[in-house]
Amino acid sequence: MTRRRRRLYFILSSMAMLGVATALMLNAFSESLVFFHSPSEIAEKGIPVERRFRLGGLVEENSVEKANDGVTISFRVTDTAVSVPVRYRGLLPDLFREGQGVVADGALDGSGTFVATEILAKHDETYMPPEVAEALKKAGQWQGEETDDR
Amino acid sequence: MVNWHRLANPKLFLTWSRRVLPWAAVITALLLAVGLYLSLFVAPPDYQQGDTVRIMFVHVPSAWMALFTYTVMAGASAAGLIWKSPLSHLTAKAAAPIGASFTLLALATGALWGQPMWGTWWVWDARLTSVLILFFLYLGYMAIWQAIDDYTRAAKSAAILALVGFVNVPIIKFSVDWWNTLHQPASVLRLDGPSIHPTLLTPLFVMIAAFTGYFIVLLLIRLEREILARQAQTLRRAQARG
Repeated sequence: MTRRRRRLYFILSSMAMLGVATALMLNAFSESLVFFHSPSEIAEKGIPVERRFRLGGLVEENSVEKANDGVTISFRVTDTAVSVPVRYRGLLPDLFREGQGVVADGALDGSGTFVATEILAKHDETYMPPEVAEALKKAGQWQGEETDDR
Repeated sequence: MVNWHRLANPKLFLTWSRRVLPWAAVITALLLAVGLYLSLFVAPPDYQQGDTVRIMFVHVPSAWMALFTYTVMAGASAAGLIWKSPLSHLTAKAAAPIGASFTLLALATGALWGQPMWGTWWVWDARLTSVLILFFLYLGYMAIWQAIDDYTRAAKSAAILALVGFVNVPIIKFSVDWWNTLHQPASVLRLDGPSIHPTLLTPLFVMIAAFTGYFIVLLLIRLEREILARQAQTLRRAQARG
C-alpha cells in the first residue's frame, strides 16, 4: 500500500467513525434537540404543571377567542389528533391566524390550559403569489397549512 | 482537452486563472443584475409574507453558499492531507473568509425575516444553532492559520478542523427533517419537487447562479494572492538563509 493510499483510508475511516459517533450522540440527545412538542406528545407524557416547554402545532379553526380586556386571547393548538387549549396575553406575530402553524412558550396550569408567555408564528415551506393561492382555494386544491403539521 | 491535473501547479494555475477571471466577473455581474431585477421588481409578493418574501432571494443563496463553501474547504483540505497537492490547502484557506461572510449574511437576513414573520430575531432551534456553529467553525479555521506561523503545521491543523467540522454540514441540511424546528423544512431540494411557485423560483435560481459566480471570482482573486504571498514568504526565507 502506498503512503497516499494509507492516508486516504485513514482519513476516510476517521470521517466514518466521527460520523457514527456524532449520529449516536445526536440520537441520544434528540429529545432536547427538538424545538417544540406536539399536543399528542404532551398527552402521552403527562408533563407536570408549571414545567416550562414549547408547544407547537396548528391554530385550530374557529377556536380563536379574544377576551373582553382586548389583549388576552385563547385558542386551541392541534396536531389534528389531539388539541390543547392555550391562553396568551400580549402581541401576536403577523402570521398568526387560524390554520397557521404556531409555537408557544409557556407551561400548563392546573386545569390543563397552556399559559403562553411567548407566541411565535411558524411559516411553512410553501411560497406562492396571492393569485395562485386564491385560484387553488377556489379549485378546492388547497393543500396549505391544514395538511402540514410540522 | 483541458488537463485539469496541471492546474494543481501554481504557475499554470495563475496563467489559467488570469485568463478566466475577467469572464467570470462579467458573467457574475450580469447574473447579479438580472437576478436583482427579477427579485425586486418582477417576482410577485408571497400570499402570506407579502414583500418580505424578497429577503429569501438573498437568504437562500447565502445559506447554500455557506454550505457549498464549507464543502469545498473540507474537500480541498482532504486533498491536501492525502495527496499533498500544492494548491489544496491554499484553496481551503482562500475559501474560508468567503464562506464565513456567506454564513453571516444568511444569519443576518434570516434574523431580518424572522422578526416580522415569526415574531423573533433568533431562536435556538436545531437549524439556526447548527448554522451558528458553522460560522464559528469558519472563524476557528481562520484563527488556526493566524495562530500558527509554520505553514505545514498550520495547514495540517486547519485541515483537520475543516474535516472534523464537516459533520456539521449534513446536520444543517437535515436538521429541519430530523428534529422539529421553527425554521421551515426544505422548499427547493425535496423529494416531491420544489414547493415554491415558478414565478418565485426562477429569480431564486438566477440569484443562486450569481452567488456561485461571485464565489468563483472571489476565490480566484484570493487564491492568486495566497499563492503570491506564499511565494514571497519562501523567497524571503531563502534570502535570510543566504
